[in-house]
Amino acid sequence: MSATELTTRKARERAGVPDGQPLLSVQDLTLHYPIRGGIVSRQTGTVRAVDGVSFDVFPGETLGIVGESGCGKSTTGRAIIRLENPTSGAVVFEGRDLAGLNTRELRRVRLDLQMVFQDPYSSLNPQKRIGDLLAEPLLAHRRASRKVAGERVTEMLDRVGLSAQFKGRYPHELSGGQRQRVGIARALMLDPTLLVLDEPVSALDVSIQAQVLNLLRDLQTELGLTYVFISHGLGAVRYISDRIVVMYLGKVMEVATTADLFAGPRHPYTETLLDAYPAPNPHQRGRERIVVEGDVPNAAKPPSGCVFHTRCPFAREKCRTEEPRLTGGAQGGSHAFACHFPLGEAA
Amino acid sequence: MGSLLQVRGLRTEFGSDAGSAVAVDEVSFDLDRGETICLVGESGSGKSVTALSIMGLLPRNGRVTDGEIRFDDVSLLDLSEPEMRENRGNSLAMIFQEPMTSLNPVLTIGDQLTEGMLLHLGLSRQDAAKRAVELLELVGVPRAEQIVRDYPHRLSGGMRQRVMIAMALSCSPALLVADEPTTALDVTIQAQILALMKRLAAASQTATILITHDLGVVAEMADKVAVMYAGQVVEEADVFELFDHPRHPYTVGLMKSIPHLGADDDARLESIPGSVPALANMPSGCRFQDRCPSVMDRCRAERPDLLETSTTGKHLVRCFLYSGEQAAVRDETTTAVAS
Repeated sequence: MSATELTTRKARERAGVPDGQPLLSVQDLTLHYPIRGGIVSRQTGTVRAVDGVSFDVFPGETLGIVGESGCGKSTTGRAIIRLENPTSGAVVFEGRDLAGLNTRELRRVRLDLQMVFQDPYSSLNPQKRIGDLLAEPLLAHRRASRKVAGERVTEMLDRVGLSAQFKGRYPHELSGGQRQRVGIARALMLDPTLLVLDEPVSALDVSIQAQVLNLLRDLQTELGLTYVFISHGLGAVRYISDRIVVMYLGKVMEVATTADLFAGPRHPYTETLLDAYPAPNPHQRGRERIVVEGDVPNAAKPPSGCVFHTRCPFAREKCRTEEPRLTGGAQGGSHAFACHFPLGEAA
Repeated sequence: MGSLLQVRGLRTEFGSDAGSAVAVDEVSFDLDRGETICLVGESGSGKSVTALSIMGLLPRNGRVTDGEIRFDDVSLLDLSEPEMRENRGNSLAMIFQEPMTSLNPVLTIGDQLTEGMLLHLGLSRQDAAKRAVELLELVGVPRAEQIVRDYPHRLSGGMRQRVMIAMALSCSPALLVADEPTTALDVTIQAQILALMKRLAAASQTATILITHDLGVVAEMADKVAVMYAGQVVEEADVFELFDHPRHPYTVGLMKSIPHLGADDDARLESIPGSVPALANMPSGCRFQDRCPSVMDRCRAERPDLLETSTTGKHLVRCFLYSGEQAAVRDETTTAVAS
């Protein structure tokens, strides 16, 4: 049995999810923010931050979500752990729709569902020592006595590669990489089954990024964790993800296994994203690539038809008028894309 | 006449209550017209401080305490502040990572673009205004005639960075210093800005110092590269030479730790253990010793110098692993001089 299969089995058993069923299923998720203006704060428009997003996450896998700023990837992540209330759509976790739960039930489910942020510094109370910060979730949820909590903290620090000495330190005494290790440790204190990681390595130096990415990989295998890994950094997403969702302007453009996506992207947006990424190899300078012009349109006034048509080098009349559906099935390993004229097909 | 810019043995210190800390030490490099050098390194490597030292823009507690900076055969460190101000925005220009913090929010784009031209080029208000529109068009800002009347907050990040580039280029500088100019931008916008910078540098023969932490950007833009670590240049070479044959253990580690798109799928990323030593706490000997996989006794006792390792081309390395090559180069040069 391979390491991946072991992780899958461990994750499935821990979450009590039947074979072949997703741990998390995001269904037609929509998040609209009102824009208010004028002296009486009348609603003058709507920002469509997330607009009909669907995907499944299976036990033990890492699902990457990539896209540029404003594509809705972080908002999707926040909606999964209910930091935002969706306008419509469902987030089904461990077989239950989170929208249907009362406060008490939601509080319980949330223990299994944790988030790691880009800048752990802003989520760590600067006046508390690392040891207390890590023990806090256990004590608050009455999961352990003070003594047992202390032991668990030592154990968790060791897991994330920090010595027990760190218990007595304050967040400002730590480097960025060490702080992110603490952020991960804190998220793991309550034995969650799913971690939503929002740009967890983007603020770190390259050599430290590699340390944290490797740590996340190891923890996943050891603990049977399932990850939703949100990032604009294609390199990191490729390294850690089994499958990848590409988002643009609140919508899913393409979903595929990591290997399929990089070997043959079908959506022109995915292709431009891959092409824009500067390869760390000067011999590839002259390579042929699609460069898009212009900026991402305003999410309050998304283009008609396909939202990418204003920047797509292959856009035709149909793209301006008719919105393409995500076809190919968003489930499992299959390759899905929302494009009328996908790449790699004779026109 | 030598290169356009010559930096020799630059040392910059910052004073604080606890004493002074050396942020940049023994930094040397040359730059010709039309050439782009990338200073690459992680946070705290001293790449930005090097740039600010050249521009004369160090914060009040910072001071260049040793070395020389010659620009167009003038020693910049000997110039008075008014003379430096005359150079900045004229023959020396700089762009920063976050354009919003360097654009004045209460002045229109047009006002800010013309300011330098009125001051340095002695253009009339009308000519400067006309040139501002031309510059915006040159850097690919659409609806330039409208944009000159807009305020910075109305523009997207990519557009603001284009405006900054237009401003930097308004007086046709001989040297452009760009400090992480695309780090805050999305990758598709970054590709546009990099292509623009490349085109403009080639057209105007502007020399560019590009500061970045991204080896992808280095591979895309540089003619030559100086890799910095803990305030020093640890390796300098032509961009192809550096990527094909990295020599310093830090450079090698850095290249192995990038999760790039062409990498092997299942290969584990190699990471450099530990982190950069604090300025106040620099180890004696080589500054990379505690993180280096090839560390030797000598590295803890002596400080390595940045020396030539190649007899055929330029490839400087600050590492005792190459003392054999460095000695061979030295012998050859001595023989050549003697004969």
